[in-house]
Amino acid sequence: MESLFLDIAQTLTGWLQSLGLSAVWADFILLIIQFACVAGIVTINVIILIWLERKVSGFIQLRLGPNRLGPWGAFQTIADAIKLLTKEDIIPTRTDKWIFRTAPLFFITVAMMLYLVIPMGDGMQIVDLNIGVFYFISLASLSTIALLMAGWSSNNKWSLLGAMRSVAQMISYEIPLTFSLLGVIMIAGSLRLSDIVAAQSNIWFIVFQPVAFITYFIAATAELNRGPFDMPEAEQELTAGAYTEYTGMRWALFFLAEYTNLVAVSAMASTMFLGGWQGPWLPSWLWIIIKTYIIMFVFMWIKWTFPRIRMDHLMSFSWKVLLPVSLANIVVTGVGIYVFKWMGWC
Amino acid sequence: MNLSDLVFIVTALITVTAAVGVVGFKNIVHSALSLVLSFLGVAALYFQLQAGFLGLVQILVYAGAVSVLIIFAIMLVMDKDPDESNRSHAKQKYWGGLIALLVTLGLGAAIGSTIWPQSSGSLPEDSVGALATLLLGDYVVAFEVAALLLLVAVVGAIILAKGAGEHD
Amino acid sequence: MIDLTAYLLLGTVLFGIGVYGVLSKRNAVGVLMSVELMLNAVNINFIAVNKFVASSQVIGQLFAIFIIVVAAAEVAVGLALILAIFRQKKSVDLNDFNLLKW
Repeated sequence: MESLFLDIAQTLTGWLQSLGLSAVWADFILLIIQFACVAGIVTINVIILIWLERKVSGFIQLRLGPNRLGPWGAFQTIADAIKLLTKEDIIPTRTDKWIFRTAPLFFITVAMMLYLVIPMGDGMQIVDLNIGVFYFISLASLSTIALLMAGWSSNNKWSLLGAMRSVAQMISYEIPLTFSLLGVIMIAGSLRLSDIVAAQSNIWFIVFQPVAFITYFIAATAELNRGPFDMPEAEQELTAGAYTEYTGMRWALFFLAEYTNLVAVSAMASTMFLGGWQGPWLPSWLWIIIKTYIIMFVFMWIKWTFPRIRMDHLMSFSWKVLLPVSLANIVVTGVGIYVFKWMGWC
Repeated sequence: MNLSDLVFIVTALITVTAAVGVVGFKNIVHSALSLVLSFLGVAALYFQLQAGFLGLVQILVYAGAVSVLIIFAIMLVMDKDPDESNRSHAKQKYWGGLIALLVTLGLGAAIGSTIWPQSSGSLPEDSVGALATLLLGDYVVAFEVAALLLLVAVVGAIILAKGAGEHD
Repeated sequence: MIDLTAYLLLGTVLFGIGVYGVLSKRNAVGVLMSVELMLNAVNINFIAVNKFVASSQVIGQLFAIFIIVVAAAEVAVGLALILAIFRQKKSVDLNDFNLLKW
């Protein structure tokens, strides 16, 4: 079971080369297949996630959640997806057409590209960049542009306000997010994600970096625009924020991208703090799925139990609490590494 | 023509077209989005030059932060019809075009007629590590000054944007 | 074959476009964007020369990092200035920025 996917990849490469392709082209085609597989898995996973989110929210709010279609309502999201696919694609007249059309595509492309570096098992990484963590951070910063495009092109006050809010929030929380990852990078001594996972073979980094983990978690919640930090799409005040004017499949693409980001950020958290794919007995790719799902469950739990906080509180929390805390964490980590080396513990 | 040449030509075309869009669009928001595309093209060029770290810095700082800042400022100062927001001067357009053309042609001729020294070595395997060694070694003073410059710039920008008289 | 000259010429074209924007645009933000284009052109030159001429070290990439830092500071202060002037003048047209001209 352990090397199931690696065997498939090997067989595929062998078959491609037996067709007379050179090794470079076979690798290239394999890369495309890998990326397509990841994109497909992520999309199907979103259907499960949406169902899970509705079930979790139902459980927390003492209701049943979807329960009509299929066992425990499991086919509800599929029905919803069919509904969204068949909906009319309305583009309002006074919008900026080109930007309006490209914004969801840009958003989903950026969200999918995050998966290039995440190690999804022992040796199961599409590209093992030597600056993998940095790649993740810089690509994640691009999604703000997509939201700005959507908000501005919709030509609607709610869209614009929602986009402005979400961009202000995402830029503010990007800084503590990056700084919280720095502590881990300092201990592991590498920006390569496979090295970081390998460095956690004995002990998970959450033990050394509990503060960083909590900072990362809070900053990631804000970065994902999820509750209690979902000011950008606060339904009661802004209808749906930047997505107000979108319908049908374009709106679904935004939704898909949001959940894709959620999975990516959770997988990153389990890679950086919870030992990645490492674990006993079960195959490695199952471990990272389990860990990612646990983290995503906590995200949902928080979303449905905490009330939304005010915009100015949100911003001052980032700049006046999270940023100093994460900076202090970096200093303490640096001192700690020196003390460890001085004592000869590592 | 091999594959890497083709990739260079495509990225260069995208970058230059986007840059033309920056100065060409009448709508300043379109200009700003075109600028994002141009930044991304430049980042792709860095990747081709085996400067992956610089490419990611380019994406993070320029495409992710600077352009968002610019779009934000555009939305705050938008005071008239957006479709007329990035007009050119009537007369200066021609003079500017002439000077830009002369600059480009002059520099291009100079570049074309120079024989560049070619190095035989290849970039260090761990270029990020080499950069870090330089930044925190020989160039640590410049590094600290740059950090100080950023701090001063941030404080100055906040004071300028908020107004120094406000005490809240 | 793509060599140093191709990259330098690309940088030159970008720089020329930036020069045109700086000289001809009426919107202050538009001028700032053109300045960014020029800085990017310079960065391309630094990194290309680093790769093709002095490829045993990464000194050109280092200079590019410093340029990026200064450019970020420049954009922050420049946009703050434009905002401050906009509050006074209710305009971002460079023709209206004539406080020093009496």
